Amino acid sequence: MAIKKEPEILLKASNINKSFGNFVANKDINISIAKGEIHALLGENGAGKSTLVKIFYGVLKPDTGTIAINDNEVSISSPNSARKNGIGMVFQHFSLFPALTVAENILIALDTKIKFKDLISEISRLSKEWELFVDPLKRVSELSVGEQQRVEIIRCLMQNPKLLIMDEPTSVLTPQEISNLFKILKRLASSGCSILYISHKLEEIIELADQVTILKSGVSIATIDAKKTNTKFLAETMVGKEITDLKKTKSISDNRDTALELKGLNKNKETDFGISLKNINLKVNYGEIVGVAGIAGNGQVELMEILSGETLCEKDDQILLENKPVGFKNITERRQLGIETIPEERTLHATVPNLTIAENTFLTYFFKYPKANDIISNLFNNPHNSKIESEKIIKDNDVRCPETNPLANQLSGGNLQKFILGRSLANNPKVAIFSQPTWGVDIGAATSIRQKLLNLSNSGKAVILISQDLEEIFELSDKICVINNGALSKILPVAQITAEDVGLLMGGKLKTSDKLETT
Amino acid sequence: MITFTPRDKVSKNWTIIAPILSIFLTIFFGLLIFTFLGYNPLETLYQIFLSPFSRIDRISDIFVKACPLIIVGIGLMLCFRANVWNIGAEGQFIMGTLLAGSFALLFPNVETKFFIFIMIIIGFIGGALWAFIPAILKTKLNVNEILVSLMLVYVAMLFIDFMVRGPLRDPMSFGFPLSKPYSQGALINKIPFPGIGYLGQLHYGILFIILLIPISWLFVNKTLSGFKINVLGAAPKAAQFAGFKQNTITITVLLISGGLAGVAGVIEVSANIGQLQPEVSFGYGFTAIIVAFLGRLSPIGILFAGIMIATVKLGADNAQISMGIPKVVTGLFEGILLFFLLTGETIQKYKIKWVGV
Repeated sequence: MAIKKEPEILLKASNINKSFGNFVANKDINISIAKGEIHALLGENGAGKSTLVKIFYGVLKPDTGTIAINDNEVSISSPNSARKNGIGMVFQHFSLFPALTVAENILIALDTKIKFKDLISEISRLSKEWELFVDPLKRVSELSVGEQQRVEIIRCLMQNPKLLIMDEPTSVLTPQEISNLFKILKRLASSGCSILYISHKLEEIIELADQVTILKSGVSIATIDAKKTNTKFLAETMVGKEITDLKKTKSISDNRDTALELKGLNKNKETDFGISLKNINLKVNYGEIVGVAGIAGNGQVELMEILSGETLCEKDDQILLENKPVGFKNITERRQLGIETIPEERTLHATVPNLTIAENTFLTYFFKYPKANDIISNLFNNPHNSKIESEKIIKDNDVRCPETNPLANQLSGGNLQKFILGRSLANNPKVAIFSQPTWGVDIGAATSIRQKLLNLSNSGKAVILISQDLEEIFELSDKICVINNGALSKILPVAQITAEDVGLLMGGKLKTSDKLETT
Repeated sequence: MITFTPRDKVSKNWTIIAPILSIFLTIFFGLLIFTFLGYNPLETLYQIFLSPFSRIDRISDIFVKACPLIIVGIGLMLCFRANVWNIGAEGQFIMGTLLAGSFALLFPNVETKFFIFIMIIIGFIGGALWAFIPAILKTKLNVNEILVSLMLVYVAMLFIDFMVRGPLRDPMSFGFPLSKPYSQGALINKIPFPGIGYLGQLHYGILFIILLIPISWLFVNKTLSGFKINVLGAAPKAAQFAGFKQNTITITVLLISGGLAGVAGVIEVSANIGQLQPEVSFGYGFTAIIVAFLGRLSPIGILFAGIMIATVKLGADNAQISMGIPKVVTGLFEGILLFFLLTGETIQKYKIKWVGV
């Protein structure tokens, strides 16, 4: 079908500049997207990808620069005018009303008037044509994340877009859903709709894209043919330096004592939007990393809270540390016993953004700092006491600060995470539990954080790693299990489970009892 | 649509210019309004801003007027820092006064000045009990504390009205809704200055503020409990992660602020009125909310904000007495002053932009 000729350019952006205050988000960016092309935009966090596509979609205005569609210069002043110019966008965080039906959600976003009946048949037609199966009369709150994404895509397709922008679409999907999505995107492209695909996942880009433009610190450093490159080259171009591999030297010894054990843990959800934990059994030994895979919103938050002690168990012996029940111990007592948790949300949960690093060190370890054990020292125990230790944490963990004792919100995501990790490790834990430890941090920081996890288990600590990133799970874990709708699958050694199995478990398609039980 | 984006750095010059500019703008608009209404504008401004400073006894009256505002404001500071919205300090003020006053009326012949300390403690308990109602409803049933505390103000107002018309009424009051006068031991005396005598109404209750400001400063800045309150207000989930008990903090700040409002009531009535009457507060509990925010929720700020608000209130009284300017007009002026002060502070911290929809 495809005839080789000079590709027709759909969108051409020239010399796009955009700054926020002193921060330059986009600098002289040039990019051309051909008709029917899947064009990937690759870059680390903060490289300027989101800024650029927000300019294309009319959410932001460029300081200087021009955008031409089919060689006609256009001014995209709002998402509305973007849609009129044939540009549709699926955001990373969906903008759907959970209480409304699929059809109602689509109706709200339409710029043209249409009869409800016609709308339904149009939705059905599109969903059949593109295999985006979804019931138009179902409520959005009843849909899975993957289905919600389909609604967003249908919503864009209703406008007959010439260019579809997708912002990190796979971060919430199972491997099976991802391969479905890719099929659809490829079909869309071959029908003539261009796709601008934003991602930081290298394999995806190689698999899906025709062209890839790499952004680094707001500058577009290269546009290359995605079919003629490899992940290592992409990664190194993106980061701008060679990436060191993780050192995975493990001292394997059979004599590993059980550190932490969860036994038949049940916990009813506290709100309508929560997840109930159902009969969770989990065991982690010293010197071992247990990975818990799963799609966000399947009980990870609840599991984290009950492990940390932010919520307490229903029975004391549902959690055992070295065979002693700790289910009724609160978070401070668990820290004193050597259980450390590093939650997913770095700001507002693990740290307070407008407090200093010393104050944030004091925040979770105030019990370590009173100068003496008398009433006055305890009463007047304040962040001044944690200053020296906070400086040590910063130094030992290579946390880069703009000034001495900065506010937490002055640190970048990666540096803040290094601080949070360092703060926990300074307490010399027996068990360390991480949730999405490298989410949203740049590759450099992610590598150093992963190395730290490995070093922890090598030094004999027990580690639980809750992550959506399958690559990370497989790279670091010794044993793997999957959380789905509040229930945990059987824990298996990493050698006995494939990514495909994990994918099926994540989607709730495979019961642990089926195949895995026998292996 | 207007958007507010935080500034990266608050300019040092602006922290000085903004308040001065606010005052000038207030004066400018004040001049306009007073001229428009037919009052001599300069004379009015003199009455509002400067007349309270014109004599030493008037200056001391500023402190007398500021006293309850500052005490209540300090208590509210703790609540607002913890993101607990106690709007009902007025009611806690009344109930503290009423409980302590009823106690005082049981002992009509006490002479010892030690008695006033017992009354202050009882006043604290009375105010705290009244604040305990929204506290327990919020922590146990998740009921909004703004509504409960505010509505309890009206309950308290009607209750004290009932008490002084009914059970506590002085049979000798010729039908007026007044209680018997307090005994000597239940009164707070004016401070005599050697060689000068009394300075206006300046009374020993001022000593309470002199104690309260440094203690509250130490509490919020140097103690673990003060830190917990700040963290809860800034990031409740981080407070949970730190192991601070949210409900305990919420109840504590409500009890302290209710208690301090009650103490403010006891001092006000024992120093200036000397008996219970239907109106004991004159809106101190509500004005203190403004004082707390104007003072940026810091003890020293609240001290100055209390003095400033008290000055303008006394100035408004003076303008009414000497020029016949109605209270509503001076109230309008107070509104303008607050508007510009708070706007100035907001522009210091945020960039404000019009964004097309």
